[in-house]
Amino acid sequence: MEQNGRIIGVNGPVITVEGTGQFEMLEMVLVGHEKLIGEVIGVEDQHAIVQVYESTTGLKVSEPVIATGKPLSLQLGPGIIGGVFDGIQRPLEDIEDQSGPFITRGINITPLDKEKKWQVTVTVKVGDTLKGGDVVATVQETDLVLHKVMLHPDYCGVVEYAAKDGEYTVEEPIVKLRTQSDDLEEVKLYQEWPVRKPRPFKARKRLDQPLITGQRVIDTLFPITKGGTASIPGGFGTGKTMAQHQLAKWSNADIIVYIGCGERGNEIKGVLEDFPELIDPKSGKPLMDRTILIANTSNMPVAAREASIYTGITLAEYYRDMGYHVAIMADSTSRWAEALREISGRLEEMPAEEGFPAYLPSRLSQFYERAGYVENFNDSEGSVSIIGAVSPQGGDFSEPVTQNTKRFIRCFWALDRQLAYARHYPAIHWLNSYSEYMDDLEEWYKSNISEDFLNVRTKIIQLLQEENKLMEIVKLIGSDILPEEQKLILEIAKVIRLGFLQQNAFHDVDTYVPMEKQFHMMKTILYLYERSKDLVDKGIPLSELRKTGIYDELIKMKYTIGNEDMEQFKELYIRIDDFYEKVKDSYKSFERKKS
Amino acid sequence: MSIEYLGVKEVTGSLIILQGIKDIAYEEMVDIKLQNGENRVGRVIQLKEDMAVVQVFEGTTGISSTNTRTSFKGRALEIPLSREILGRTLDGLGRPIDGLGDILPDVKWDVNGSPINPIARLYPRNFIQTGISAIDGLTTLIRGQKLPVFSGNGLPHDALAVQIVNQARIMGDEGHNFAVVFGAMGVKNDVADYFRRSFEKSGVLEKVVMFLNLANDPVVERIVTPRCALTAAEYLAFEHNMHVLVILTDMTSYCEALREVSSSKGEIPSRKGFPGYMYSDLASLYERAGMLKDREGSITQIPILTMPNDDITHPIPDLTGYITEGQVVLNRAMYQRGIYPPINILPSLSRLMKDGIGDGYTRSDHPQVANQLFASYAHVQEVKALASVIGEDELTDIDKQYIAFGKVFEEQFVSQAKDENRAIEITLDLGWSILGILPKKELDRIDEETLNKYYKPYKKERE
Repeated sequence: MEQNGRIIGVNGPVITVEGTGQFEMLEMVLVGHEKLIGEVIGVEDQHAIVQVYESTTGLKVSEPVIATGKPLSLQLGPGIIGGVFDGIQRPLEDIEDQSGPFITRGINITPLDKEKKWQVTVTVKVGDTLKGGDVVATVQETDLVLHKVMLHPDYCGVVEYAAKDGEYTVEEPIVKLRTQSDDLEEVKLYQEWPVRKPRPFKARKRLDQPLITGQRVIDTLFPITKGGTASIPGGFGTGKTMAQHQLAKWSNADIIVYIGCGERGNEIKGVLEDFPELIDPKSGKPLMDRTILIANTSNMPVAAREASIYTGITLAEYYRDMGYHVAIMADSTSRWAEALREISGRLEEMPAEEGFPAYLPSRLSQFYERAGYVENFNDSEGSVSIIGAVSPQGGDFSEPVTQNTKRFIRCFWALDRQLAYARHYPAIHWLNSYSEYMDDLEEWYKSNISEDFLNVRTKIIQLLQEENKLMEIVKLIGSDILPEEQKLILEIAKVIRLGFLQQNAFHDVDTYVPMEKQFHMMKTILYLYERSKDLVDKGIPLSELRKTGIYDELIKMKYTIGNEDMEQFKELYIRIDDFYEKVKDSYKSFERKKS
Repeated sequence: MSIEYLGVKEVTGSLIILQGIKDIAYEEMVDIKLQNGENRVGRVIQLKEDMAVVQVFEGTTGISSTNTRTSFKGRALEIPLSREILGRTLDGLGRPIDGLGDILPDVKWDVNGSPINPIARLYPRNFIQTGISAIDGLTTLIRGQKLPVFSGNGLPHDALAVQIVNQARIMGDEGHNFAVVFGAMGVKNDVADYFRRSFEKSGVLEKVVMFLNLANDPVVERIVTPRCALTAAEYLAFEHNMHVLVILTDMTSYCEALREVSSSKGEIPSRKGFPGYMYSDLASLYERAGMLKDREGSITQIPILTMPNDDITHPIPDLTGYITEGQVVLNRAMYQRGIYPPINILPSLSRLMKDGIGDGYTRSDHPQVANQLFASYAHVQEVKALASVIGEDELTDIDKQYIAFGKVFEEQFVSQAKDENRAIEITLDLGWSILGILPKKELDRIDEETLNKYYKPYKKERE
């Protein structure tokens, strides 16, 4: 490769290069003698502006810059699942092999293992006519994921050679294709795809399948669909990362892409230690077998942090094209926005709000719009759901990243600091959060859970809202003054809060709760409310009801009732009936004695 | 070999701009010789064709545009390191100021370090007993953690840091291989002296390396001080397998120095004038804590910062909180009530606590007790808010019990003497004894079995 330009300025991760005409926008370049990876982000009259994905310490003016002639690209093929990559798809394990525990610069590593032999089943034969996106072979990538090798979306043609089933590396041609222009194209196990370019599909579909997470406050109150978008904003310490981990562990997506974008190194390590040990409840295999980790921690180069979000979503789209349901956890999009701001500042661009560049909203919308439930070129259906954490400065939701994100997502799980202080986790606040997917999911809930589901849910929300109103009064005058039926609402709302909304991620039973149990829990709470109300209407004071301990018993049902054991709810109903009769009788005798 | 350049094109704030230079590298060190013979050190922070922007650590006072000689060292800022640095006192750039002569280096390391590969880390799980109930019980410190103290001016954060250093013990490890690296940025003379005296008194001084940039030392030097301290810590931890506790104080001064340099470079500011890259910059310090899977040593960081105007949403504590693994927040009102250490446990948090306590680490009931204390104390605040409106007399009986619980909790659990060293069992038993003030059925965060084993109604201890 020959030199195409030379460095004339260095400012943090941004360098200025002399020698235009040879550089294209978003082209990948190699910078300096150490061949650091960079990307052209601006072409001016005589100069090109390059952001460098590694530390620029030690770069000198007039060091060479080499153009590669292609955009910064990912290698999409078997070997991605279960891997841990940095922001530009370099496997961290290989980096460790080369440079030890600290990441040094100028490491030349390929994203995929080029030596490893994969057991390939070829699914096309000579003479087949193929179009872009068609599956040509399959590889069992992990126990959980069957990798479908697809034709690059831009190619089509007639198969002229198909390899026999057997073991191949990613570099060996599996199929040779005679294209319309009479060229012979080799199809390998992997294809390259520009990191910033969305992968095409045939058509978008309606979002009407829920992404079940096993978290009660999400599944029941603020559900998200497969292909949907959600945002979890919260100040530090409110449990964003914990919530993201829970979703990554338990949601019913086929593949999870976890992007640790500008977060803590120990957290990534925690995921790496946790996930291989966690067993997927459906398949009985380790969760790592369906997970891709992208780790660009806060101390790794800022430009690679900016790219990590795109790397993550492109990998997700690739697996979507195979017909999988993929969920992306981006933790945290604020760090990504800050990386944009940092680079924008180095470019001396005119800032908009709080120093963020004016293109922040458009970048956010481009990112979130890559989610969706689609029909692929190969007629399979797949989805990409995005769940982005937002870390608002000072925990204040009016800052630009939260506000702009809110415009492009349809599901908002607001984490609340007061709840977190009281160790009420997940600290998703039921009054500030919303989901716009409820209408789309109505059918699903009706036919899969119960006709009654939406009514029950509405009643629960009403009780919580009622409680909120009453608490305003209680804060001023205390709860003693309230009439008995309002005290009852407070008591039931407490059962809902502690027994239903609060969920213990460290408890074996409570960490994941199936929809059916969620529904029964709500029904039981409402049944208790109904019975208690009847008693209160008869003039029995709430304190008498409380003495029986039935409310505390219901709070504990999340632990005491097994996730598969719906029969136990019947016993709970009987206990509520007993409680009802007992209180009624004792009160009758009390009344009799009085008279 | 290095060429000497004569003259400076421009001096702005703490920066000088040189022109007509060749073949120098980004972040290279610069020696600056003044007209009066004085030597200063600088660093290249921006390159543009034949111009270089150099940050002068000792400030630019007295630098003239004509008679200043600069030469480039061809490498980034390095400090000399050997095991002998233990017990030494160095300035903010790592040069000895204790009059004991130069350090004979085994190695010289770049102070900027390199990011730790996340997969080479070892997830921190070892409980460090500090002997302070509010920390051990509720915001447990773990070896390899970065746990800052958010304080305010006039609060006893220094005393707390000293107490942690004196009492910190790792369970099942008798701590022979223990060292303290103390980095002071913009700290007052007497505060630095207080630390020194305290270390001396408790006999750990020969295990301490001090990097001092005092309040009257050059502001820009502060940007390098924590980096020197952490480089020394990395050397001790990963070359000599020591368990290093790093105390960095005061991070607020550090951030202000960062702002000063940024503004003299003419950068576009973000919140409150702090530079947009402050998050990345702070992360490059805090993320240097941790453990590696193939080394025995560890780096535990306790950065101290004073929140301007006690405001936890100020950019400095805010960004810090997003990077560190929790925070210990001191509270002025509690201090005024005579509580030491005045740790406000509600906003305090240790993120690594969940994996380092309980069975096999501390005691099996620890997570539940901690959870219950948090929940009950949070409720105390609600009751207090109510009491301030309707008066304490009007509260329900149960709420009165909460008020009593809150008072005893603050006075007996949180509060302790500056030399009181409580073992974790004592802390947990104390927690149970105070939870006994509340009726059993209020304790909804503890399971039945544990409750039966430990719960007993509160008996007022004989005074």
